[in-house]
Amino acid sequence: MKRFIGFIRKEFYHIFRDKRSLFILFGMPIAQILLFGFAITNEIKNVTIAVLDHSKDLETKSIINKIKASPYFSIENQIDNEKDIASEFKKGKIKAVLLFEPHFSKNLETKKVAVVQVVTDATEPNVANTIANYTAAVIQNYQAQKKQSKNNQVNIEVQTRMFYNPELKSVFNFVPGVMTVILMLVSAMMTSISITREKELGTMEILLVSPIQPFQVIIGKVFPYIFLSIINAIVILLLGFFVFKMPINGSLFLLLSESILFIISALSLGILISTISNSQQTAMMLSLMGLMLPVIILSGFIFPINSMPLPMQIISNIIPAKWFIIIIKAIMLKGVGIEYIWKETLILIGMTVFFIALSIKKYKIRLE
Amino acid sequence: MEKEKIITVKNLTKKFGDFTAVEAISFDVYKGEIFGFLGANGAGKTTAMKMLIGISNPTSGEANVAGFDVQSNSEMVKKNIGYMSQKFSMYDDLTVKENIVFFGGIYGLSRAEIKIKTAALVAELQIEDIINSLVGSLPLGWKQKLSFSVALLHEPKIVFLDEPTGGVDPITRRQFWEMIYTQAYKGTTIFVTTHYMDEAEYCDRVSIMVAGKIEALDTPKKLKEQFKVDSMNDVFLKLARNIE
Repeated sequence: MKRFIGFIRKEFYHIFRDKRSLFILFGMPIAQILLFGFAITNEIKNVTIAVLDHSKDLETKSIINKIKASPYFSIENQIDNEKDIASEFKKGKIKAVLLFEPHFSKNLETKKVAVVQVVTDATEPNVANTIANYTAAVIQNYQAQKKQSKNNQVNIEVQTRMFYNPELKSVFNFVPGVMTVILMLVSAMMTSISITREKELGTMEILLVSPIQPFQVIIGKVFPYIFLSIINAIVILLLGFFVFKMPINGSLFLLLSESILFIISALSLGILISTISNSQQTAMMLSLMGLMLPVIILSGFIFPINSMPLPMQIISNIIPAKWFIIIIKAIMLKGVGIEYIWKETLILIGMTVFFIALSIKKYKIRLE
Repeated sequence: MEKEKIITVKNLTKKFGDFTAVEAISFDVYKGEIFGFLGANGAGKTTAMKMLIGISNPTSGEANVAGFDVQSNSEMVKKNIGYMSQKFSMYDDLTVKENIVFFGGIYGLSRAEIKIKTAALVAELQIEDIINSLVGSLPLGWKQKLSFSVALLHEPKIVFLDEPTGGVDPITRRQFWEMIYTQAYKGTTIFVTTHYMDEAEYCDRVSIMVAGKIEALDTPKKLKEQFKVDSMNDVFLKLARNIE
């Protein structure tokens, strides 16, 4: 045990004296979460929209004025033909078109229902989504005022249509996504680099000649990164919570336990990488290409899995990050307990056990 | 006087697929001697040494090191030997002291023992000024001396040195060999591989490996007589040429 503590102390010396690894460990998570957080922002300001008003009556005018008055939109021009919508979008200046049905006021009077469509250019899905929500909010606000003043049951129906990207999914997932990427990066890449470094420097040989057991070497190498990864996970959750108001609706204990499970699976991948690479460069490339890219692309973090081609959807199942993202999103956003995510958890446990078994098998106790 | 055998090797063989790296070598090493293990690059000496220090399994044959079988009892072998590799064997980003504490620790020395050892090392090598410097900032000669001292921390019966003096100047090499002599005088057996034939002259006995086999084994003096040459360098060249 004392040997083990000495070993871990040594690992911490390595980590804290290497500015590069310190930066990856602590600079990266904060930088990433802030970058992603502010880049994928839900704020919009002064978006230019166009109006296609088939009614041109009192109601539509006052709705248009209401929208004009809000700080979010500026109305660029009027169009007269639905065919022009696509060409306006192609010009790129206009992000959305507000489309009032004919006889808007009349419909509202007689049928108590009138329809306004918000047609958005969803090549930028986040912007499109936000515009749709904001417009709906402004119109609902108008409707509420109208109800109060006239004591009249009316219903303005806001229909939204997404151009170019009908399968729009919510993208409010950067905190779980960044957390997944960071934990993968820190755990897998850093451990594989730190193990291959010992191989490269020849100190691994010295350790294997010493009475310390090979599994103690590996656990000793891995342990500091479990600890640091948990700290990282907490930092990301705190940043998400306080800076970006990311809710944590479920149990914090469950969230952290699932995180530790994911950390361990990433660490075992790191060990696996270190067994097949002999230099730090190889380890780093393998971690980046073999782990980071799949995590970013196939986990559902940036690109929704449902809209991937079928072969990609199948491949995404073998990415542990996919399951982890499902799990933490469910805990954080839906606030569910283990009874709803036990399947995903089991899959993650299975993968972890498999990776650990494989890396133990691969790890050469005796250097050849 | 019957000398005590500390390493006995019988028909030790290592095969990598079809390639035989070490072919049925047999020799004994006596307690307290400096045993030179020579051979050209690729002759198999590093492979042979790895089997003796328990990090590579022999294909066949047996070896007994410090009283323990290297295959069945490699843990006990490891406790009784020290090892310094041809790559430098301390951590560059740790200070001299931290390295000593770390290596002392993994060999199971207590904190008090490590303290005593550190003090003794400081006095012996006169390293008060550098004890808290990072090893990476020291000249190679110092690193090698320290690395040798660290390999001896747990007072092993045998110390294996794999090309310990690669890349250092003749004066430092000379000083290094003085350390080796001092240690051998104290009763530690030294098993050393080297490329430098002048260093072979310093050994009590030398074995020369060519293409996986031990082709010669004796004191430097007798080897020179046997091959009728003046230096170990010529012995080596003659052997290597005969094989080719």
